[in-house]
Amino acid sequence: MITLNVNQKEHTVDVSPDTPLLWVLRETLGLTGTKFGCGMAQCGACTVHLDGDAVRSCVTPVSRAAGKQVTTIEGLSPDNSHPLQKAWIAEDVPQCGYCQSGQIMAAVVLLREKPRPTDDDIDDAMAGNICRCGTYQRIRRAIHLAATLSGEGGGK
Amino acid sequence: MSEILNLSRRQFLKSSALAGGGLVLGVYVSRLGDRADAAQPATAPAPAGTTFAPNAFVRIGPDDTVTVIVNHSEMGQGVYTALPMLVAEELDADWRRVKSVAAPADPAYNHTVYGIQMTGGSTSTWSEYDRLRKAGATARAMLVAAAAKTWDVEAIGCRTENGEVIHVASGRRLSYGRLAETAADLTPPQDVTLKDPKYFKLVGKPTKRLDTPEKTNGSGIFGIDVTLPGMLVAVVARPPVFGGKLKKFNAERAEAVAGVRHVVQIERGVAVVADGFWAARRGRDALQLEWDDGPLAGLDSVKQRREYAELASKTGAVAKKTGDPAEALTGAAKRIEAVYELPYLAHATMEPLNCVADVRADGCDVWTGTQFQTGDRIAAAQDAGLPLEQVRVHTTLLGGGFGRRAVIDAHFVREAVQISKAVKAPVKVIWTREDDTRGGYYRPAAYHALTGAIDETGRPVAWQQRIVCQSFMAGTPFEVFMIKNGVDETAVEGAADLPYDIPNAQVEWHKAPGGVPTLWWRSVGHSHTAFAVECFLDELAHLAGKDPYEFRRGLLTGHPRHARALEVAAEAAGWGKPPPEGRGRGLAVHESFGSFIAQVAEVSVSKKGAVRVHRVVCAIDCGPVVNPDTIAAQMEGAIVFGLTAALHGAITFENGRVVQGNFHDYPMLRIDEMPVVETHIVPSTDKMGGVGEPGVPPIAPAVCNAIFAATGKRVRRLPIRPDELVS
Repeated sequence: MITLNVNQKEHTVDVSPDTPLLWVLRETLGLTGTKFGCGMAQCGACTVHLDGDAVRSCVTPVSRAAGKQVTTIEGLSPDNSHPLQKAWIAEDVPQCGYCQSGQIMAAVVLLREKPRPTDDDIDDAMAGNICRCGTYQRIRRAIHLAATLSGEGGGK
Repeated sequence: MSEILNLSRRQFLKSSALAGGGLVLGVYVSRLGDRADAAQPATAPAPAGTTFAPNAFVRIGPDDTVTVIVNHSEMGQGVYTALPMLVAEELDADWRRVKSVAAPADPAYNHTVYGIQMTGGSTSTWSEYDRLRKAGATARAMLVAAAAKTWDVEAIGCRTENGEVIHVASGRRLSYGRLAETAADLTPPQDVTLKDPKYFKLVGKPTKRLDTPEKTNGSGIFGIDVTLPGMLVAVVARPPVFGGKLKKFNAERAEAVAGVRHVVQIERGVAVVADGFWAARRGRDALQLEWDDGPLAGLDSVKQRREYAELASKTGAVAKKTGDPAEALTGAAKRIEAVYELPYLAHATMEPLNCVADVRADGCDVWTGTQFQTGDRIAAAQDAGLPLEQVRVHTTLLGGGFGRRAVIDAHFVREAVQISKAVKAPVKVIWTREDDTRGGYYRPAAYHALTGAIDETGRPVAWQQRIVCQSFMAGTPFEVFMIKNGVDETAVEGAADLPYDIPNAQVEWHKAPGGVPTLWWRSVGHSHTAFAVECFLDELAHLAGKDPYEFRRGLLTGHPRHARALEVAAEAAGWGKPPPEGRGRGLAVHESFGSFIAQVAEVSVSKKGAVRVHRVVCAIDCGPVVNPDTIAAQMEGAIVFGLTAALHGAITFENGRVVQGNFHDYPMLRIDEMPVVETHIVPSTDKMGGVGEPGVPPIAPAVCNAIFAATGKRVRRLPIRPDELVS
């Protein structure tokens, strides 16, 4: 039995401790917003936060998440109101949409570390996330917009 | 809630029994077609005996919601927005109340041109342009009639705006939702007049996608997200060599893995069925398998290259002939020869292939992100051993398609159906990334041998092109349409229709030996022909000592749409002015899927040969525009797709096995390689074309021509190899 805190909720799951966190989120807890893309930390579609850090849940054994705070796309906001979600909508970033949960979760960490990122900062931080539809240009724009929105909303 | 309407003679039917008294235009609106319900199991039997009619596309609820049932699969290309826009325009709907849902698999939703339910060929918007506008206009006419009846006034005294009917003289208003029930009792008009495009309020304007919110909060349901009660997860061991067969297997160790419930042999291999993916995957790792590798056991890309070269040395089936190229070559002032080569390519959709099937004694339900509902449904019925009407295919969102999810043999659906039937439970088959990369159905490898000649004035007088590649139409039901006079159109498209004014031209094709499963890959044959044609044309321009733009422009006299796209791109890119320091500029223009696209690339090459694409200017003439923002997005995406292939993409074989497996050895373009893309839409009232695919073909030749401009080195083989560009 492993106890997890996912999106501010406690869960006790009965899974093998080597099971990747991704599959526990998706199959055991039904949080399917986090996606399976590669299974080897190459594409970033499975990005979630573990105590605030972006991790690739496809290669993170669930045992590593025990007792830590896990945040998934579903926990980012209850109503698509996070500045990055608003910016993603304003720039109409997604095409197929499959990679976008991971993109947004990676961008959250970027903006926390660099509230006013340059294009180079964005490229550095987001290069681990593949988008096969090629929405990169809009991802750049949306991150800049979210930085502005956060600045306005947060007042600091 | 009753979902089945007893559709009688009329094309459009009304029933107050449905949806709480809403107006339903069209036949039946399946609960199963609703994406919101896509992940739920079937609880109602199939609608046996229901008559279907065309134009089953609009539902208006008493709450004013306008639901458009979309029969084309949403795989990122924006059909869940563009197609509802067509309905909403003619309906004068309140766009904020419009939503889209996936159509169920049913002949009512067949493609207007192809006659089966499918998404492909960059056809969704133009093929529905009339049908969906008529569906909207018919609904509007009935709502106006309902209002007129309610108010006891003449319909002609009413107008519509933003989801309401307004009686002009009195100013009275009724929303569509409040009129729905009354409208449902009216006889639909058979002939409606469509708007003059100059009065369009929505179509042609940049419009936000309807599916963005669900794609930013994780709530959108893709095939891999579908979950049913009691569902098991399967991972399949397939032959490591295409055409291989299972000799024997031992399941003992796999069955010992905790969570593994069944190990079953199916047509294509051995399925390990477990409580979840991880157990299934570990179970598969534990299988002991013995394969007979079959005839492709020795397949090797190096050897294959030599075989293709050998084939290209002989005359092939003639796809195009004008004048006498052999004669013209003999007498020409200057001639050149070049070989262009392209590898197999995997589609590499972000969402690996997957399919959920639930086979029961009384029916079969399939949930999957598919581009090919009709074929999948027939295949599922065959493998489930059930009549077609007991099989339902529910289309989810597709995590990318690019052709990979339009498979003629329905293999990823058949596997799931076979496994579900064998284990008597709902089953989700998940392909790992390696399964997906090594699973075949590739863009065929292609070998183009070209010879060209110019006269004393530098004008091209001869063009000979020999193409060697596999045919993926041969042996399919499409063969009869697609293979003419021994030539597979999908192998020569983009070459056999050479737009340039060259008096003596011949294009031939050799069908390469089969075995490796090949398929349409975003832009199909154009994905290789445009590279060979547009690069070789650049070589001829260089031979003639002419500017590549002026050279092309002079040869496009009979092709004004090519010429216009080229002009717009060249002007926007600053062609003729020096590029920024250290960069070269290259261009290409190509027609595919009814659209005309020119791209100018700005590229630099480092001393070590690393290629950086800085900027791409893209001009597209696709005729009338529905959603310009979607067009821009598709150009951006197509350029990334084509650049990925040009810079990184190759599937190769050794000892019969695919070498690549995941994104570390089959890399995708990443954000740090993303050029600035500028899209210019050429104003056009010409015939409407597609936008999903045609942005792909010009980018590889534009980039390679830019590399030549920057370095003097010709790239004739993809992907681009930095070691060949070291200075």
